[in-house]
Amino acid sequence: MNAAATMQPFENLKILDFCWVAAGPMTTGYFAEYGATVVRVESRLRPDVLRSSPPFGGSGKGLNRSGYYANYNANKYALGLNLGTPKAIEIIKRMVAWADLVTENFTPGTMERLGLGYDELCKVKPDIILFSTSMLGRGGPNSKLPGFGAVLSSLSGLTAITGWPDRSPTNPYGAYTDFITPRFAVPTILAALDYRRRTGIGQHIDMSQLEVSLHFVAPLLLDRANNAREGARTGNRHDAAAPHGAFPCRGDDRWITITCMTDAHWAALRAVLGDPQWMRAERFATLLGRKREEDELEALLADSTRAWEAQALMRALQAADVPAGLVHSNKGVIEDPQLEQRGHFVYYDKPEIGRHPVQRSEFRLSRAPAARNWPTPFIGEHTREVCRDMLGMSEAEIEPLIAAGVLEVPDAAAASS
Amino acid sequence: MLSPYRVLDLTDERGLLCGKILADLGADVLQVEPPTGNSARRIAPFYRDQPHADHGLFWWAYAANKRGITLDAARADGKALLERLIASAHFLIESGRPGEMAAMGLGYERLAEINPALIVVSITPFGQTGPYASYLASDLVGMGFGGFMYVTGDPDRAPLRVGFPHFYLHGAAAAASGAMIAHTQRVATGLGQHVDVSCQEAVARSLANSLAGYAIEGSVIVRQGAYRQMGGGAYMRITWPCRDGFVNFQFSGGASSGQSVNNFVRWMADEGMADEYLQSLDFKALGYGTVTKEMMDRIVPPVSRFLGERTKQQLFEAAIERRILLFPVATLGDILHDPQLEARGFFHQAPWPELDANPTLMGAFARMSATPLKAGGKPPRLGQHNIDVYVKELGLARADLCRLASAGVL
Repeated sequence: MNAAATMQPFENLKILDFCWVAAGPMTTGYFAEYGATVVRVESRLRPDVLRSSPPFGGSGKGLNRSGYYANYNANKYALGLNLGTPKAIEIIKRMVAWADLVTENFTPGTMERLGLGYDELCKVKPDIILFSTSMLGRGGPNSKLPGFGAVLSSLSGLTAITGWPDRSPTNPYGAYTDFITPRFAVPTILAALDYRRRTGIGQHIDMSQLEVSLHFVAPLLLDRANNAREGARTGNRHDAAAPHGAFPCRGDDRWITITCMTDAHWAALRAVLGDPQWMRAERFATLLGRKREEDELEALLADSTRAWEAQALMRALQAADVPAGLVHSNKGVIEDPQLEQRGHFVYYDKPEIGRHPVQRSEFRLSRAPAARNWPTPFIGEHTREVCRDMLGMSEAEIEPLIAAGVLEVPDAAAASS
Repeated sequence: MLSPYRVLDLTDERGLLCGKILADLGADVLQVEPPTGNSARRIAPFYRDQPHADHGLFWWAYAANKRGITLDAARADGKALLERLIASAHFLIESGRPGEMAAMGLGYERLAEINPALIVVSITPFGQTGPYASYLASDLVGMGFGGFMYVTGDPDRAPLRVGFPHFYLHGAAAAASGAMIAHTQRVATGLGQHVDVSCQEAVARSLANSLAGYAIEGSVIVRQGAYRQMGGGAYMRITWPCRDGFVNFQFSGGASSGQSVNNFVRWMADEGMADEYLQSLDFKALGYGTVTKEMMDRIVPPVSRFLGERTKQQLFEAAIERRILLFPVATLGDILHDPQLEARGFFHQAPWPELDANPTLMGAFARMSATPLKAGGKPPRLGQHNIDVYVKELGLARADLCRLASAGVL
């Protein structure tokens, strides 16, 4: 393969990145993974909240130890800049002239208050693309509501429909919607870049994370709107399949998912379990019969699966073409042989945080191996490099700005470790 | 934005969203269906509960803005037509099991031979390679393998999925990212490539800090119902019952959450309902992920009493005024009347002559200042664009079109 065939997709793409927390940095993380020059602007005076979110590697205190933060910021450059100073805004505008794309996920109005609204950026670079994502989008009565991903699970209906029918709703784990948004953001940004390449026209992208998340529950919303049917919590059940759930296996909190989507799956499940008396009952022979008596079906099936070791039952069922699987804990995911074979986790070792994993994107590109690899930087780690190499500033310009607290570099402890 | 590009979408319900994202961004997406129709057309619920190939709301949601043609690729004539379309297409998306396309003589190598610039996107549960590559995965099975279920749900019951099937949606949405990354590279090199998407990896990337929690601290995160485990011994509570439903109120320490909780405790005190213990705590000073189970046991009863006397709306309004991060747990009905979504005009009502109605449709996932996205689009009827594509574009004689339809190829 020649060099052109294996170049990085974003080799010539320059991104000025104000994103923080999860949805934004994960979005620009895809770009960094595939070769873009992503300069992340941050200040020690108002650090990304993920920098103080567990888990922490190493020991002692410090903003460079969060494994949560480290997962989304590898391969980026860290520019330490105190945006509260006029000189910093001047530097940012020089960075805008350098950049192809500016990304931010502040509460709407923040960029304007900093003097960095879309109109201001256009004055510096008329064809700039600004990507803005916020909880609820720009404009509208609740636009400036503060919040984060766990909240959006609730506002988007995902919490209300998750849980057991006889219990309270359960929040899907984590800042769930933060991980939905990037998959819509990346193609949208790339479409805007492609459009600009062809037409010369830049633009402002306004992405409401609520509106994006609604696309993950769209059929139920259409059902509510057009059929007046409110979504119900159904545990792990499926309206047109049974059994369909997670069943206990031998050991402490071990489970297997078993889903009989067809009669063939049910017949194969019976065979694997040795076709016990209860499975031969007439009432379980049809889907409608199994749905009618699903409570009992599940109780009986759980009695059968309890005798099995999850891995052995999963293998036996997969060999018989029944969709069944392990219910991985976080430990199970980290140790999963499939993810291992795919190279999903890249491990880095870095002072302060120590050894830690970074997840790769969920696809492999046959012509674009991720070539550039460095771990998540310390706050301000590349400040001098960015000012010198990207802005052409001299040492005589840079050092006084560091002394004045406009530019920030890692403190002595981090730099020497 | 993507109007110069043609996408051939061969996916079923496992991959529809990828092409739908590209269609919303302006690409010409041709949904290529078997003559019997895409299996996703049969997924409930149906418009007005009428099980009909054009009435499935899953189909509406994820085939909107696409055009539709029919074709049986297992038949020689169907395959020949597909190969002609492949020759000039920019993307091909498929969601067959690994090896399924190759078995039809349409593996990646063959596709690249027909069209070296083609980007082929394969959406599978676990990817094209590896020990699980051939495993069958329903949505639930995938969510278990991805690590999502174990950490979601109540501690005394089985692990739980999110209430709508998301395994393939995560993968299909990520596939749109992969497709466009490959496209960006193609602009520079002129060459296509194979994008091999793993839905398991997509779900594993949706687990916040839990994976790092094990890799770095060795802590196994367990499901905690209304609570969330923040690593070793720290907890926060997220969902709470109120008078007419539930609210989301992240009760934890830390800079922003802690300030919000302090503001809430002050409100309780103003109403004479905060006990001494609550008032003795400064949640902002406590730091994120530092509230223990023992502390929560003392905090929950008075807070629950306070919330239980008030409605979602009362709580939400006061929360905005007092700068408390408390939000309603919205029902689907609440969402349809959300003032923010109404102000932004999210939902669309479009005339639909075949239904003799104006059904409500979904809005766009992004607002673009220069190139507004197509919102509220409709999905294609079965074979709706056969004549446009086969006759007008490929020049197939009308008589041959009828012949192939009659033979069950189209």
